[in-house]
Amino acid sequence: MQYSQTVGVQTYHFKDLKDVLAKATPSRSGDYLAGVAAQTNAERMAAKMCLADIPLSQFLQELVIPYESDEVSRLIIDTHDAAAFSAISHLTVGGLRNWLLSDAADTETLTCVAPGITPEMAAAVSKLMRNQDLILVARKCRVVTAFRDTIGLKGRMSTRLQPNHPTDDPRGIAASIVDGLLYGSGDAVIGINPATDSIPALTDLYHLVDEVISEYGIPTQSCVLTHVTNQIQVMERGAPVDLVFQSIAGTEKANQSFGINLEILREAREAALSLKRGTAGDNVMYFETGQGTALSANAHFGVDQQTCEARAYAIARRYAPLLSNTVVGFIGPEYLYNGKQIIRAGLEDHFCGKLLGVPIGCDVCYTNHADADQDDMDNLMTLLGAAEVTFIMGIPGADDIMLNYQSTSFHDALYLRNVLGLKPAPEFEQWLSAMNISDSTGRVRPVTPTHRLLKSLPGKLQAA
Amino acid sequence: MRQFTQARIALGRTGSSLPTEEVLQFGYAHAMAQDAVHLPLDVDALCASLHAADFPTLRVNSRAGDRGTYLLRPDLGRRLEAESVAALQAAKPEKPLDLLLVVGDGLSSLAIQKHALPMLEAIRRIAPQDWQIGPVVVASQARVALGDEVGEALGARLVAILIGERPGLSSPDSLGMYLTYEPRVGRHNAERNCISNVRTEGLSYATAAHKLLWLAQEGLRLKLTGVDLKDESDMILIAPPAEIKQLP
Repeated sequence: MQYSQTVGVQTYHFKDLKDVLAKATPSRSGDYLAGVAAQTNAERMAAKMCLADIPLSQFLQELVIPYESDEVSRLIIDTHDAAAFSAISHLTVGGLRNWLLSDAADTETLTCVAPGITPEMAAAVSKLMRNQDLILVARKCRVVTAFRDTIGLKGRMSTRLQPNHPTDDPRGIAASIVDGLLYGSGDAVIGINPATDSIPALTDLYHLVDEVISEYGIPTQSCVLTHVTNQIQVMERGAPVDLVFQSIAGTEKANQSFGINLEILREAREAALSLKRGTAGDNVMYFETGQGTALSANAHFGVDQQTCEARAYAIARRYAPLLSNTVVGFIGPEYLYNGKQIIRAGLEDHFCGKLLGVPIGCDVCYTNHADADQDDMDNLMTLLGAAEVTFIMGIPGADDIMLNYQSTSFHDALYLRNVLGLKPAPEFEQWLSAMNISDSTGRVRPVTPTHRLLKSLPGKLQAA
Repeated sequence: MRQFTQARIALGRTGSSLPTEEVLQFGYAHAMAQDAVHLPLDVDALCASLHAADFPTLRVNSRAGDRGTYLLRPDLGRRLEAESVAALQAAKPEKPLDLLLVVGDGLSSLAIQKHALPMLEAIRRIAPQDWQIGPVVVASQARVALGDEVGEALGARLVAILIGERPGLSSPDSLGMYLTYEPRVGRHNAERNCISNVRTEGLSYATAAHKLLWLAQEGLRLKLTGVDLKDESDMILIAPPAEIKQLP
């Protein structure tokens, strides 16, 4: 297929489908770094016009990365559901945008069509959508998962409690967990990024969180975000593993740079399923992604970073995760330069994930070398709340003292729940009420020193 | 509970929002961290202190000529400028180095100014006597992978790059160390082992040095670093004396 677009007297030529996709992408530093971005604003708009006229069926003929050389491409094609696709197979990319925004595309229809949409189709249509379009359509999509509680129901927004500590000190981690629980945080997962790679130390962390969850009967799950091969090892040694975590990216070569492939993910999932630790469901995986990861591993093959990111969601949905998290501003200014680019990317990722059927949440975040601040995070979290994002992070004071970046705080989640009327997962909501953490209206109560969590846990920690 | 962690716990709230004092404290910490990113490393002062401690040095620069370029073009920060390559090749020893130590500014020059010298001394203290270590290479506008090209040019079996980590609000001066077996241009991050959070409130120099040397010896034995080399240095510490003897 030839790709060109004439606007007025000017004709723009594009090499191939991935060139159109890259040049149609809203401006961001990572695509300039990769040398794939449009050179002028006019060229970008011409690429969008060209993209709007491309039939969706073309995406099944022309792969952005060849089938033969990339297992992610093979996964996308081999698991494509032609029957689900038939409802939209006659559309162009521009036609898909119109259809998604129409009343015909209701929640049920979108759920049925999801297996027929490839990541490249989702990325393509997102490039033609304004922020409000991304919010409106994502809000109509519904992806419900469960382990010990149920994530992703209408009107709910969950939080990952992230109690990181720079040296994995168990008392420091436990103190952050208690603080978060008292703010009603942690229904998506209590997930620790460990400083260590050491198997014995990792095993201790699993036991620490498991004890807190068991002691208070919390309807949530734990995760330690170490390499998947470490998690397979600790499961072999009998550690109480709820969710298996792994960072994933949209190309085989990028995943290779993480030291993983699809077979390792399958093996890890099987191991976690065999433990049968879920009570409400068996979604045992937790994935993290982020625009720019493929490029940072020099494994993008000329594909723009947002399309690479959407391809990672094909991996995520294959392994039925409880949660998938786009860590949107973590990677740094060479990929997303400022607040505007981070906000746009967060909305794109959430939209693409939901459209593809992934239970996607967002680490609304930035680093100290990016041109962004807490006001930008307020904007993005509010927009994602309106889009009914599956979950966001809960970090003490929004400051992760282990990973050195800023995200969203326990207070931020309360703000969103307050302004938008969002509630935590139903099982967790009941637990908060039973523990006297929230009142009958769901508002978090003032903390008293006599609260059960405060009275019993610090004593145990002192003894530790 | 605050005694257990530097994390911003027990901040209190007004309604469900942060009290004014905490909003201002956070804003100030963010301002400090942003400023720290842009502070240049004083290479002259660092080299003078290294010489005073009997560390010979070599200086190199990446292809990122200034901070702005460095932030937007990590690819340039991973490669040496041509003059630096030539200087290293001219200094290549006849016998391959067992462990080459590189110091790079990374995203926090403050981390290097505070921690590079004591960290290097802690490593030297427990490194095997018969190891060829070579000069300390001080690299400006450096990314982690710059150590690969430095190690390749000097002919090192292992390279460890000590680098300033991205500054956090509570930790503008955190040092990371990345160990790579048979360094050469194009190594993946999965082929390295990382020891992070070396700073006063984090991992101590002695513990970090112990971990690095354990990984280095295991790396040489297994002929690899990265995800296939698991850090079990904690287990060795509690292992029977017979096994401890194998450590320096």
